[in-house]
Amino acid sequence: MKVQIAKPADWTNAEMVKQQKKWNWANSAYHLMMLPGMIFLIIFSYIPMFGIIMAFQDYIPAKGVLGSEFVGMEHFIYLFQLPDIGLVFKNTMVIAFGKILLGTFAAIVFSILLNEIRLKLLKKSIQTVVYLPHFLSWVVLAAVVVNMFSLDGIVNQILNSFGIDKLNFLGSNSLFQPLLIGTDVWKEFGFNSIVYLAAITAVDPGLHEAASIDGANWWKRIWHITLPSMLPIILLLAILSLPNILNAGFDQVYNLYTPMVYESGDILDTYVYRTGILGREYSFGTAVGIFKSIIGMVLIISANEMAKKYTDRKLF
Amino acid sequence: MVESKSISARIGRIVIHAIVITLGLFSLLPLWNIVAISFSSSEAVTANAVGLIPVNFTTETYKMIMEDVQFWRSFGISVQRVFLSLILNMVLIVLMAYPLSKSKRVFKGRNIYMNLLIFSMLFSGGMIPTYLVVKDLNLLNTIWSLVLPGAVQVFSIILIMNFFIGIPKSLEEAAIMDGANPLQILVKVFIPISLPALATVALFSIVGNWNDFFSGLIYMTKVSNYPLMTYIQSLSISIEEMLKSGASSNSLENMMQVSNKNLNAAKIVVSIIPLLVIYPLLQKYFIHGIVVGSVKE
Repeated sequence: MKVQIAKPADWTNAEMVKQQKKWNWANSAYHLMMLPGMIFLIIFSYIPMFGIIMAFQDYIPAKGVLGSEFVGMEHFIYLFQLPDIGLVFKNTMVIAFGKILLGTFAAIVFSILLNEIRLKLLKKSIQTVVYLPHFLSWVVLAAVVVNMFSLDGIVNQILNSFGIDKLNFLGSNSLFQPLLIGTDVWKEFGFNSIVYLAAITAVDPGLHEAASIDGANWWKRIWHITLPSMLPIILLLAILSLPNILNAGFDQVYNLYTPMVYESGDILDTYVYRTGILGREYSFGTAVGIFKSIIGMVLIISANEMAKKYTDRKLF
Repeated sequence: MVESKSISARIGRIVIHAIVITLGLFSLLPLWNIVAISFSSSEAVTANAVGLIPVNFTTETYKMIMEDVQFWRSFGISVQRVFLSLILNMVLIVLMAYPLSKSKRVFKGRNIYMNLLIFSMLFSGGMIPTYLVVKDLNLLNTIWSLVLPGAVQVFSIILIMNFFIGIPKSLEEAAIMDGANPLQILVKVFIPISLPALATVALFSIVGNWNDFFSGLIYMTKVSNYPLMTYIQSLSISIEEMLKSGASSNSLENMMQVSNKNLNAAKIVVSIIPLLVIYPLLQKYFIHGIVVGSVKE
């Protein structure tokens, strides 16, 4: 979510303001234009917000939100007593943090290397290929990942040829988190490098020429010119990724995990889905969902404030 | 940039090229492997003999897909969903972005709408209350359960609103002088000059709807109503069911092998063809949109 909101348009001169006054019905026209969208927004965003009442009830579908019995904070107390929840929280944050950290690093390194490729055709072909996984669904990529990392998959065949025993990537709690992080980095590094590449190409080539004449080698020029010029955008994206710390990627985890790796792979969203929707514990699932929503909101607002303070840009 | 002619610099360039090409292959080959599997015989696939070239080349799997009624029904549902969502999303995006691009002096109440939109991005009731709303509206098992909940794309609306704000005011003022009403201004002035930005958000909508499997999973109770990605996802469910019933991981692996791995691979290949068809457009507009949206000072 990288959005920047420019100042809304204003009429430019007094003449237009007068014109605008005669044109008062424009206001009604604007409201009318907003109406259809607002109806959808209210039905599918705001009415569900009232559903949070369910988290304080023992919701029974047949009785509805109005007829179900109130139980106060019971579900929240239960939530914090569950041994699962601490684990789920930890998994969520470890996986999300790993993805953000390694993903950013991979994208930065790749953009620097890609920028060195001078052959237009080669550069274009590489870009075409590395951006592709970003556009594919995790449903598709999970099949690819399972195919590669299953016990008899290509990765294990290669490990075998080096004399390493088969590794059960998809079924072992010590390997599942690295697998999730690694495959997510694989999916997104190319696409995430776009922004960094744009920042690199915006650097004045004169700086590099001057540094070369002064005897700076490639490493020095990367370290003293390219990276510092990328710093603002790296900082901005790092801040804006903060709210994602609770989004470890439902689609990916859901399509790759099995009960064998619940211990290391279960994240908040998959937990809500399994207990709340599959287990039909609507109230409890909603309580977990609210908990996540509130922390997420605090994080987004802090990220926005930090971005405003340190980078002069903001989300909203 | 100055090209150094020293030997170490040359070696460095070769190394960089090698790394970048390797990374490119890393992105492509796992996907290519699936394509190779889809054209191979079941025996070869079961024996894990397929690398990058199909073994015992066959198009049998694709012939089977041709006759697979459920596959094409799901394909059709996904196509229908993408088109309905695209139309609804785009109409709402332009209709809402235009008034929101006016200042609150010109459009009284603008900031209230804006705050409502932003708050809906910040806080959500979550998966379960949304599911219950869809259920209470009797939308379960209809195409509309896949289309209506995602009707308002706040992120895209803000993107287009920003684009509209950047359009020179003189254009709109001239149109007002000519007696045009707001809808005419939107359709005849704003939309034509925003086409590249609109293409970007249109592609967001298409890719997002095509790839989404989760709405299908929770809102459709019958497999016959599944959109394509949910259908493909469900192909692997039987394995999970087996695991839940206590099968060991070894028998799981065995089962994965004897299952129609090449047929499933072919289904996956067919399911991404629509994305590959629009991929040149995606590269052009998505990437342009990303760069403009984030690096512009």
